Amino acid sequence: MAKIIAGVGTSHTPAIGACVDNGKAGEPYWVPLFKGYEPAKAWMAKTRPDVVIMVYNDHVNAFDFKIIPTFALGCAEEFPIADEGWGPRPVPSVKGYPQLAAHMVQSLVLDEFDMTIVNEMQVDHGLTVPMTLLYGTPEAWPCRVIPLAVNVIQYPAPTGHRCYMLGKAIRKAVESWHEDLKVVIFGTGGMSHQIQGPRAGLVNTPFDTAFLDGLSRDPERLAAIPPLEYLRDAGAEAIELVMWLIMRGALGERVEEVHRFYHVPASSTAVGNIILESR
Amino acid sequence: MASETESATMTDVKQTEEAYEDIPGTWVFDAQRARLGYHLNEFLYSLMKAENRAAFLADEAGYTARFKMSEEQRQGVLRRDWNRLLALGGVSYALAKLAFTDHKSYQFMASQMTGMSEKEYVEMMLKGGRSPDGWRSKSERPGGA
Repeated sequence: MAKIIAGVGTSHTPAIGACVDNGKAGEPYWVPLFKGYEPAKAWMAKTRPDVVIMVYNDHVNAFDFKIIPTFALGCAEEFPIADEGWGPRPVPSVKGYPQLAAHMVQSLVLDEFDMTIVNEMQVDHGLTVPMTLLYGTPEAWPCRVIPLAVNVIQYPAPTGHRCYMLGKAIRKAVESWHEDLKVVIFGTGGMSHQIQGPRAGLVNTPFDTAFLDGLSRDPERLAAIPPLEYLRDAGAEAIELVMWLIMRGALGERVEEVHRFYHVPASSTAVGNIILESR
Repeated sequence: MASETESATMTDVKQTEEAYEDIPGTWVFDAQRARLGYHLNEFLYSLMKAENRAAFLADEAGYTARFKMSEEQRQGVLRRDWNRLLALGGVSYALAKLAFTDHKSYQFMASQMTGMSEKEYVEMMLKGGRSPDGWRSKSERPGGA
């Protein structure tokens, strides 16, 4: 039986990828950030999941505005790296797991989550920056990846509650798959940040701390945060945090927080990283 | 159970839309603004291709004329008037492609939106970012904006 053993929450700030790709990770601005990710990298190397389910959002790269799927599951064999405007990131292409993805689609739709099925898709920094942060710069990624792209660009994004419930349905879908597989689910984006308008640069550390605390202590409370509260209190782009609730929902009732890191800033973003193991 | 969860999460759309407009210094990219910005954003999306970036930089007026955006949006593009473009339905992630085409960063674009120099903006971020205090409602801002 396949099993979701743990969840990783992490920001996916594009500047982090650009920094690694341009050999700037040793600069004083970036040193504290990469040092802060060392324990998570070590955990990943020890845990070695067979499959990563990557909950992330596309940033007008795979999807323009012709079609805007709320939840899109990547069912392809392979996902090429998108050129976001400065050339594709020099990272390995991403190998999917179409058999398990197809099973997830069947299970999720029967559980009333109407997924969009995507058979060809480029992936952007939303997916590749978390891979870089947790795996470094290998020749090939050491796991299969099932991308789950969530619309958080055009409001309204799905509510936190909807995302949390989707996470629960994902757990059920994975646990009904016949192969023995270790699965780790990522919730990416956030934490507090705003990258538009005169209010750009907004950071709300108390909000972020309460969010990190709530993931293990009271996820139901987090799932009830209305969209407006993210926007008003934590910045227009903080709504990405609903994707962390998909991750949390997929971990079952009891979790143990085994690692946490928080850092301001990476470009305009408050960076958070948490690892939660299912118990 | 079903009715409980519904009442806990159902949101009043009209109230929410009004609340969006009350957030200072922010243009929420909702379905109405996305509708206004559709052709502008399609232009910005085209800048994902290196040959399109080159064609745009070689002849900005000619290249933008291929897209069905409004004259106001076109002028906003030519002037890199980021906040105006946000108000006219541009979305920041698509606008970033224009910044990247100019070999500038998100950070540069964000600083321009705030009216700060990039250096001042980076310093603000290094000090922990902009506090939400005073930025939650237009009523908290001088002049109500």
